[in-house]
Amino acid sequence: MTAILENLSRRRFLVGGAAVAGGLVIGLRLLPHESASSAPAAPAMDVPRFNPTAFVSIDDTGLVTIVAHRSEMGQGVRTALPMAVADELEADWSRVRVVQAVGDEATYGGQNTDGSRSLRHFLSPMREMGAAARQMLEAAAAHRWDVDVSQVRARNHQVVHTPTGRTLGYGELTAAARALSVPRPEALRLKRPEDFRYIGKDMPIVDLAEMTSGRAGYGIDVRRPGMKYAVIARPPVYGGRVTSYDETPALAVPGVERVVKLDGTPPPSGFQPLGGVAVIARNTWAAIQGRNKLKITWDDGPNRSYDSTAYKAQLEETARRPGRVLRNQGDAPATLASAGRVVTADYYVPHLAHAPMEPPAALASVADGRCEAWACTQNPQGARDEIAKALGIPTDRVTVNVTLLGGGFGRKSKPDYVVEAALLSRAVGAPVKVTWTREDEIHHDYYHTVNAQHLEAALDSRGRAIAWLHRSVFPAIPSTFQPNVTYASNGELSQGVLDVPYDIPNIRCENGEAEPHVRIGWFRSVLNIPHAFAVCSFADELAHAAGRDPKDYLLELLGPPRHVDAGPHYENYGDDRKVYPIDTGRLRRVVEVVAEKAQWGRHLPAGHGLGIAVHRSFVSYVAIVVEAAVGKDGTVSVPRVDIAVDCGFAAYPDRVRSQMEGAAVMALSSVLYGEVTFRDGRAQQNNFNDFQVARMNVAPSDTRVYIVGSPEPPGGVGEPGVPPFAPALCNAIFAATGKRIRRLPVADQLRS
Amino acid sequence: MTRLDINGKAVNLEVPAETPLLWVLRDELGLTGTKFGCGMALCGACTVHLDGTPTRACVTPISAAQGKRVTTIEAIGATPIGKRVEEAWRGLNVPQCGYCQSGQIMQAAGLLARTPQPTDRDIDEAMAGNICRCGTYQRIRAAIKAAAGGA
Repeated sequence: MTAILENLSRRRFLVGGAAVAGGLVIGLRLLPHESASSAPAAPAMDVPRFNPTAFVSIDDTGLVTIVAHRSEMGQGVRTALPMAVADELEADWSRVRVVQAVGDEATYGGQNTDGSRSLRHFLSPMREMGAAARQMLEAAAAHRWDVDVSQVRARNHQVVHTPTGRTLGYGELTAAARALSVPRPEALRLKRPEDFRYIGKDMPIVDLAEMTSGRAGYGIDVRRPGMKYAVIARPPVYGGRVTSYDETPALAVPGVERVVKLDGTPPPSGFQPLGGVAVIARNTWAAIQGRNKLKITWDDGPNRSYDSTAYKAQLEETARRPGRVLRNQGDAPATLASAGRVVTADYYVPHLAHAPMEPPAALASVADGRCEAWACTQNPQGARDEIAKALGIPTDRVTVNVTLLGGGFGRKSKPDYVVEAALLSRAVGAPVKVTWTREDEIHHDYYHTVNAQHLEAALDSRGRAIAWLHRSVFPAIPSTFQPNVTYASNGELSQGVLDVPYDIPNIRCENGEAEPHVRIGWFRSVLNIPHAFAVCSFADELAHAAGRDPKDYLLELLGPPRHVDAGPHYENYGDDRKVYPIDTGRLRRVVEVVAEKAQWGRHLPAGHGLGIAVHRSFVSYVAIVVEAAVGKDGTVSVPRVDIAVDCGFAAYPDRVRSQMEGAAVMALSSVLYGEVTFRDGRAQQNNFNDFQVARMNVAPSDTRVYIVGSPEPPGGVGEPGVPPFAPALCNAIFAATGKRIRRLPVADQLRS
Repeated sequence: MTRLDINGKAVNLEVPAETPLLWVLRDELGLTGTKFGCGMALCGACTVHLDGTPTRACVTPISAAQGKRVTTIEAIGATPIGKRVEEAWRGLNVPQCGYCQSGQIMQAAGLLARTPQPTDRDIDEAMAGNICRCGTYQRIRAAIKAAAGGA
């Protein structure tokens, strides 16, 4: 990526929705990957069209304002990127204000905060922006003192004249700095790592005080004068619609004011609402009570017979037949046909609901041909575009303010709920907040896909794998956006199928057809979840078949340090394969580190076992050792987890650790309980009683994270901790019990 | 009309007596620090104190709160235990998204008021009703112990 810096001080503009008057303002324009590399990576679907602009400004009091243009959902980005700017700027963190950007593609470029991209794509540009501003302040001070710029140095919110010790505060210099041009890229002087104040340090998150005192503002918390509260009865089956309804009993509920029919968009409905019947009330409770009283007749539509049991059988049957070939190296079929020993296994991973603690919620106010919305959205530009489309007004008449997100996990990249609020505000002529109940969230999610996989491997006489066949079958995410999609996208298959890093001469990767029956969406680490589960479990199965130690066998599968050629269909998370190759040396290293730290092979009590798995996703490398304990009644507990992560340069180690700690818990939820099933097209789970998630008493109580130091460019952190956890745990369960888990969740599979 | 004592202030409410305290706090009174997560006392995001006892506001009708002292996250920092808990949370950078932490802090403050030096088992039992989807449990446990240590 190439950064172009501009001095924007004389332009009138808004910073995070607030007018900035005077002071120094550095603009940053980022261009897409230059085509300098001979083979630029094809952009994956989760990589935005780049033309981002972000801003830092300093006012005459010295207050530094840094715009956070990415959404905060727990990953720490509202701290991480601003602190990178502040560090290079030599700003005093206590005099830095972070403001959240509104959704504005022309100004900020792609803001959709997904794909573990924020640090990967914006750490360097943010550092350059801070450095540019620092150098302009230094130049202004040198000019004021009439000395050479080499004699001055910015330090902690002031510029020092080194020979005399004279100082000028940043606020005193902004007026002069405004007149200067921005240093050219080749003139930028980035700080040396040993001089970092904040980068690489364990900073408190910027919202810490608010989050621990009830003052933090989430989408569900927004209030506007004259607002109404809405909940919506949505079609219980995807693609269903309202045939008729009786609103009378709902209107009799105290506090209910209106009932409004909301038209939906038929499948593929993309980011537009599902439609239904909305109840508008003076508070959320009254709206919920009113909804309970609605009498609605639905036409369930073409997905009325979606049934998870039948669909599983169908996926598994497809996975046993040859599919479309996406990677083909050597001749796996012939090797398998002639091999003395073939190991085969089938794996299944069900639909999951995201279940962020804050369900989708948004407030919108439509008046005078304009719309202003406030939402817990990962994707403010998507929300803006979709609102404009739904209301039939130009995008520049829509403002989307981004609140904190009470969890996102990919769900809040889809702005359907923000559009609902806009449509209802227009209908009732007042600001409307739409709140999804927990049941709504589980019944109408953009679900993690449901997946069946078939794997075969041929082993030679010494137990070494000489052929690998991997077939993955699942309804694809693009089916939510385009009609007639039955095959997976290359981006989805690039998450753990095509990129298999094993040193096996014959590799064949295939994908079979699957019809969608619900909205499929991305869920933290996306297709890496089922694929890493199958691939890393199968590696363990091969080790067992070969009579080898799983860790030693895994290292042998990874082979010598090298860059893997994953073939022409591989997308590498939208990033350049030269900058971010699939590096088996880094995979080996995290395996070796975690094995050593976990004391792989350590003595364990009866009923306990260790499992290991390693996976690269979002261009970061994570290896996990899980200790599982399986009780006589089949109850699984996890006394200890060791995680080694190589995410390249770790700018914010505390949040790398917290993301790994959290990934272990979220993945544990999926392994033990996670499943949404459908019958007659309807989700069968409702709330945290039947869609369970890990609680304090079952969560790993001793998760140890090792950040493997690496000079490589930053990789993703929010997602890569998730994929290897499930296979590491299931391999540990196998070590403890001899029972192989090939279908998630574990649920009652270990009950005797 | 229902009369409540919320964070030391008397409040008169003209909503049905069966309305859950959660929605009165959030929608009628603008005390949005108390969170909605499930509506069925399954997740603990809505935890407040009634006469000092952690209570799920989402299933507590305001009629049941009448005559009791309601304390919310907005005011718990004014109590010695609440202050220690908040400081411990800050010291360990506990929150990720932060959404559930109001309820976690209220629950933890209730635990420490009753059990000043909780064991791991005490913590499991007291905190198992509070879900954190981000998975901050390990730091929550450490923060509770840190807050207890400051007693």
